[in-house]
Amino acid sequence: MGAVVAQRMAFDAPLACRGGGVVDRYELMYETYGTLNADRSNAVLVCHALNASHHVAGYYADNPRNIGWWDNMIGPGKPLDTNRFFVIGVNNIGGCFGSTGPASIDPATGQPFGSRFPVVTVEDWVEAQVRLVDRLGIHRLAAVMGGSLGAMQALHWTLVHADRVGNAAVIAAAPKLSAQNIAFNEVARQAITTDPDFHGGDFYQHGTKPVRGLRLARMIGHITYLSDDAMMEKFGRALRGDRIGYHFDVDFEVESYLRYQGDKFAEYFDANTYLLITRALDYFDPAQDFGGDLKAALARAHARFLVVSFTSDWRFAPSRSREIVKALLDNRRDVAYAEIDAPHGHDAFLLEDERYHRVVRAWFDNIARDIEGAARGGAAIAAPVDGRAAA
Amino acid sequence: MNGSGTRVSLPARADFDAIANWIRPGSSVLDLGCGDGDLLKHLKAARNVLGYGIEIADEHVIACVQNGVNVIQSNLETGLSGFDAGSFDCVILSQTLQTVRHTEQIVLEMLRVGREAIVTFPNMGYWAHRLQFIAGRMPVSRALPYQWYDTPNVHLCTIADFERFCGSHGIRVLERIVMDGEAHITLLPNLLGSLAVYRFERAGRLDRPAT
Repeated sequence: MGAVVAQRMAFDAPLACRGGGVVDRYELMYETYGTLNADRSNAVLVCHALNASHHVAGYYADNPRNIGWWDNMIGPGKPLDTNRFFVIGVNNIGGCFGSTGPASIDPATGQPFGSRFPVVTVEDWVEAQVRLVDRLGIHRLAAVMGGSLGAMQALHWTLVHADRVGNAAVIAAAPKLSAQNIAFNEVARQAITTDPDFHGGDFYQHGTKPVRGLRLARMIGHITYLSDDAMMEKFGRALRGDRIGYHFDVDFEVESYLRYQGDKFAEYFDANTYLLITRALDYFDPAQDFGGDLKAALARAHARFLVVSFTSDWRFAPSRSREIVKALLDNRRDVAYAEIDAPHGHDAFLLEDERYHRVVRAWFDNIARDIEGAARGGAAIAAPVDGRAAA
Repeated sequence: MNGSGTRVSLPARADFDAIANWIRPGSSVLDLGCGDGDLLKHLKAARNVLGYGIEIADEHVIACVQNGVNVIQSNLETGLSGFDAGSFDCVILSQTLQTVRHTEQIVLEMLRVGREAIVTFPNMGYWAHRLQFIAGRMPVSRALPYQWYDTPNVHLCTIADFERFCGSHGIRVLERIVMDGEAHITLLPNLLGSLAVYRFERAGRLDRPAT
């Protein structure tokens, strides 16, 4: 991909959130890769999941080690080929990578929003994304793509902006969280909110942050992203030292790994953002307004879908993706569903897997050919006019 | 590969046109073991069907996506339970019947999910197959292009076998075409035909539309 530059866009129109709160004005961080074609028909929006950002691909010139979170998927010659598509990555509202979020200064008080930041939902994020896409001069996205929570955003796009999305890649998704999914999120939130340094969400003013809570939240989350097999493969019962210590400090490699992941995460991630994002996951349920009928909910979609799941993903298991596929099929929508036999658990959607990437590549290749064909068709229509003029 | 329910690929697919002729324009079609999606692509072009394929093999799923065909990666042997009864006009099992392990169950499932079903299969009763048997060898032919040790076929049958199966399972055969290469065979089909193509429904259906 090469070096990329993050951009910032400010929005003055208030965003009324589904939960009743309002964000009066906000900024979104975003990045774009590739070139928007003359028809403005080759744009692909990539939605991020729990702890990611607008930095989807490439690296920053001043920090070459900061590589985009889906760099193996997106770039020149990659499955989502930036030589053919104009790709947009955006950090959602409520995030902690530069877009307006709980750590941002509330102009009304001059203090960080903290606990006063509204609860935002997938629906609210998509509305903010729509405004960004509008401002970029794009009416219709060639595709919207996301994994996990990002897939929920992609799905929501197809439901409420059906005429603005040609295709949707819904990867490692679920149509709504299960009780177990919500339970894991609740444990993570409890870890944060019961940390004495949380201060009801207004820890910024106290010059501290709930590091212990964030660590725990991340450790719990991380376990759910990996499969039992992948963890066993990676760590087994390997010991950090030579022998078991008969103490409660780190004995096993897996403990060391989780602590490291937790520490790293707590350094850069905002605790309120973690609460907001896990809540957005909990609340997402497109069938809710349709009496729980997913088929009725998805009847609004007209995009062509690619749905991908991973066999070892127990967080959003293949059966959850199949619910989406069945609802699409029952509505007679176009859908390709690939169930990738990968050992890595939920994280597989971020990893390089030849079959997975070939499916995504083939799917985008068709979209690109349609777009390029339409562009050539447009030129062909123009040609006879010239011909007649010459005659 | 045994019992996986993936389509056997043949160099020429003479049954495509026969199948297309039986499909009502604009109808919904489920193709079990759809391979690289070539039949669905053909039916979409020739009959404007709304088609979906089921396929287990990664390579074939990728090929379907390349072909722009709707495909659901799933194992046929467990794959139809998620489909509602009567949700398709026609369910097709083309060159796949002989590769599935639970043949009986699949055929009955086809008639639960589809109002009609179409199957095509290589005819084990074909004269060249019989001759090879008499010569003491497992048959290898254009219709059965595998050696005994690498074949995906686990349930081979003759035309006579299949019709007896239909009779004993409450299945009414609506139409049959028997072919050898490009030629349609009407005389001694179980001897002279290498490929059988059947359209059938549940016997006792009262709402069968006139065709």
